Amino acid sequence: MPDAKPLALPLSRDVAKTLQAGDFCLLTGSMYTLRDAGHARLLADMDACGGLPYGLSGQTIFYAGPTPAAAGRPFGAVGPTTSSRMDFATPRLLDAGIAATVGKGYRSAAVHEACVRTGSVYFVACGGAAALLAKAVASSKVIAYDDLGTEALRRIDVVDFPVFVGIDVAGRDVYALDS
Amino acid sequence: MDTIIEKQQVAAAVRAVIPHLACELPSDVEAALVRALEAETNPRGRAVLAQLVENARIAREDNVPICQDTGTVWVSLEVGPGVLVAADVFADVDAAVAEAYETARLRKSLVRDALLDRTNTGDNTPAFCDVHPVADRGVARLHVMLKGGGSDNASRVVMLPPSAGRAGIVEEVLACVREKAANACPPLVIGVGVGATFDKVADLAKRALMRPLDEPAPDADVAAFEGELLDAVNATGIGPGGLGGNATAIGVRVETAPCHIAALPLAVNMGCSAMRRATIDLAAG
Repeated sequence: MPDAKPLALPLSRDVAKTLQAGDFCLLTGSMYTLRDAGHARLLADMDACGGLPYGLSGQTIFYAGPTPAAAGRPFGAVGPTTSSRMDFATPRLLDAGIAATVGKGYRSAAVHEACVRTGSVYFVACGGAAALLAKAVASSKVIAYDDLGTEALRRIDVVDFPVFVGIDVAGRDVYALDS
Repeated sequence: MDTIIEKQQVAAAVRAVIPHLACELPSDVEAALVRALEAETNPRGRAVLAQLVENARIAREDNVPICQDTGTVWVSLEVGPGVLVAADVFADVDAAVAEAYETARLRKSLVRDALLDRTNTGDNTPAFCDVHPVADRGVARLHVMLKGGGSDNASRVVMLPPSAGRAGIVEEVLACVREKAANACPPLVIGVGVGATFDKVADLAKRALMRPLDEPAPDADVAAFEGELLDAVNATGIGPGGLGGNATAIGVRVETAPCHIAALPLAVNMGCSAMRRATIDLAAG
């Protein structure tokens, strides 16, 4: 494994500035799972209330839909889903105060620009390592959209959750690095 | 004497195999990931492969899903001459799927209708089932695959002109890999279908994914083409997780078929590193 940088969540904007695409980091603290259907709901809520609801300001969104609890853990398995499906909503969410996102795969030019504009970071977690990642989740609580099942908004507490910096605040992209 | 495959037999096989598939990586796939880790030189690629190998161990030992996307259930019953199936042979499969997903604590990932009602069905049904006639007498083989959404989304069907030839196929597979591999959880198993018609070529590509990684193609020319494609895919440097390295794919499986004089149908069905599939011999039971 490469050297790991421990990072506290929610991510401070000052710490975000020190990160570079490709850095290997271990996240500890709270983040919020949300994916396709939840993003549509969240944008509708923002239309109604004018800002980020549910205390999401400054928080981290993890694109994931977990399996039910198993093996004494909050989820049997939880890992990143494809981030690009959330690109339609991400610039607006970053402008509204989301500090970081966690997922897998490429992002749009608009998301790169939004990371630079707002000083936000996109982290990449290992797709398909969901049993391993679930061991880094200490607790989970449904915050909203419970009717969506796996797609509900959940606050989870993670300890040493492994990620790479995907897009840094300068707009550099791990997928565009040479080696 | 004809063999009759009963719907209860099919449903019982599906019910039994789903939890096993969700939590235990097929041995050929796990062995390929271990080999890829040993050979990988890129530090980020190594980190991803190390996580995937460790992940497979945790899933198996703790009996938890390998991936949170426990997929759609694909069931294909291959039958040869002398094997009879009734039209309702899959009638009990959805109940088996619902029970398996609930009991094994797997994720329910299906909506009622793609366009009209995107409400979760709540039990991971329906399964997608077909009967597939084969030439060999007495064959009754049940293929089951749990297919993730991310890798299926990275798949495509292209109707190439015949003049595109082998080079055109390689180019198109590489284009698909460059554009989509990072979203499909590499190292990939890539199913490639060549031939038939627009609707059938995707089935060829999916069926190609069923052949284990340690089983060479029966046709030497196909085997050579698979090797050529694998080398070309791994020369992209996209690597494990798309984060750089040698192992963009651990296997390419090709199925070919006849086609129209005007056509060169091509389908690429991406399989993620959690290639969850099993083949069950119902004739033996």
